[in-house]
Amino acid sequence: MYTEKVMDHFTNPRNMGEIENAKGVGTVGNAKCGDIMRMYLDIDDDGIIQDVKFKTFGCGAAVATSSMATELVKGKTVQEALEVTNKAVCEALDGLPPVKVHCSLLAEEAIHAALWDYAQKKGITIEGLKPPVADIDELHDHGDEEEY
Amino acid sequence: MNKLVYLDNAATTKPASEVVQEMLPYLGASFGNPSAFYGFAGKAAQAVDEARKTIAEAIGARQEEIYFTAGGTESDNWALVATAEANEKKGKHIITSTIEHHAVLHTCEYLEKRGFDITYVGVDEDGVVKLEELKAAIRPDTILISIMAANNEIGTIQPIKEIGAIARENKILFHTDAVQAFGHIPLNVDEMNIDMLSASGHKIHGPKGIGIMYIRRGVKIGAFIHGGAQERRRRAGTHNVPGIVGMGKAAELAVRDMEEAAKKVSELRDYLIEKVMKEIPYTKLNGHRTNRLPNNANFSFSFIEGESLLIMLDQAGICGSSGSACTSGSLDPSHVLMAIGLPHEIAHGSLRLTLSEETTREDLDYTVETLKGIVKRLRDMSPLYEDFVKKQK
Repeated sequence: MYTEKVMDHFTNPRNMGEIENAKGVGTVGNAKCGDIMRMYLDIDDDGIIQDVKFKTFGCGAAVATSSMATELVKGKTVQEALEVTNKAVCEALDGLPPVKVHCSLLAEEAIHAALWDYAQKKGITIEGLKPPVADIDELHDHGDEEEY
Repeated sequence: MNKLVYLDNAATTKPASEVVQEMLPYLGASFGNPSAFYGFAGKAAQAVDEARKTIAEAIGARQEEIYFTAGGTESDNWALVATAEANEKKGKHIITSTIEHHAVLHTCEYLEKRGFDITYVGVDEDGVVKLEELKAAIRPDTILISIMAANNEIGTIQPIKEIGAIARENKILFHTDAVQAFGHIPLNVDEMNIDMLSASGHKIHGPKGIGIMYIRRGVKIGAFIHGGAQERRRRAGTHNVPGIVGMGKAAELAVRDMEEAAKKVSELRDYLIEKVMKEIPYTKLNGHRTNRLPNNANFSFSFIEGESLLIMLDQAGICGSSGSACTSGSLDPSHVLMAIGLPHEIAHGSLRLTLSEETTREDLDYTVETLKGIVKRLRDMSPLYEDFVKKQK
């Protein structure tokens, strides 16, 4: 059911781990739905993401989208990272099964949550960035059972 | 990786070679329709009768009380819908449990939409149906109690003899979904006061697409599939002769070897359970410790999710199953794991391993060794585990 790219990122996740004293940390999702993602960002004084790490509790797609999202934002500016959408994550993985598309949304939200934490800590405003919601699973659609 | 360790025998089993041999003539030369008049079809008709007899004997029933269906799901649908229709003048209340297979639960939902009232009796933390709750649920308009003989996910064996007695005492029909139990543990429809029983061929090393429904003589129930006079006008459709013959043979072998197989497989199961519980920390055994199907082990590994676990096991050639939402295609994890009171995050990390007589200790050693590595890897990846470890410090 998964593409080769998804399987590759699941089996060999990139940037898995944590960053001590990270400039920004964001955790999204909830255990009820079975997906929780945490992103750590290390951002330098020029606003460039020097390092990124993730930890994920979730299915194969959740791990793969986290891994891909870290690759897509690494080395980018904060503004560029903000433009990494769930669609971009999905496309970079050559697509996800319909019921798993919400995982890519979770990855986008995790990046945003980490950026928000960075902005809060630094006392700055990042244009176009909204505060993370406590329970993002209320916002997205898990897809219908029929799609299986 | 060519290694294959098949530990999903609750999903389906490998057809026994004796079963396949027995079926072959009916997939070829002996293709006659058992309902036909001429002598050529006689061999097929006789084979169907013999299979019916074997299966009837396996559960202490009469031959004419066994009806062939396309499988356990059809039997469950038939038992519920047709009983409801036949008895709706008497009452529209049905009692079942929260841990039934979807073949029963979704049929109950269908009946609810048609004006029937269903009570879902709860289970204790081991997954045993609460008898007091069941007794309290009985009303004057209760027409049917449907409780499974053993649970497909956590393997817990239900007190169906007691439930049968309660049903009989209250003059209520009793149906049991015995798909996981038939051929694995002793069942007797008279001793257990069972009025209807569903069973399937492919869970006992028989073929897929064949099942039976036992209907006690005198039980008021109509046809579910219409269009022919087969099966005493109660189940239309040309007989699936190879399937019927295969299920008959499988039932014969299952009954013949039951005691020995149950002893061997439950020893292997206990070996697996003890090893997993000893070697992998933060693990819970789901279902009753001893009163469970001989072949069933079900674990929850804290801080990790089941689908990831299954993919990694698959990569190592190990076939298992999980009650995580991601593997069920719905938002919530398994209704059975929720019913025994597991929190969501624990239910998501469940793994069911179901053994057979072919399983070896070497298979299980390899499985536990692999599992240990996978669980560690997924925990290292898990933010829940990270939080837990930090809290411990």
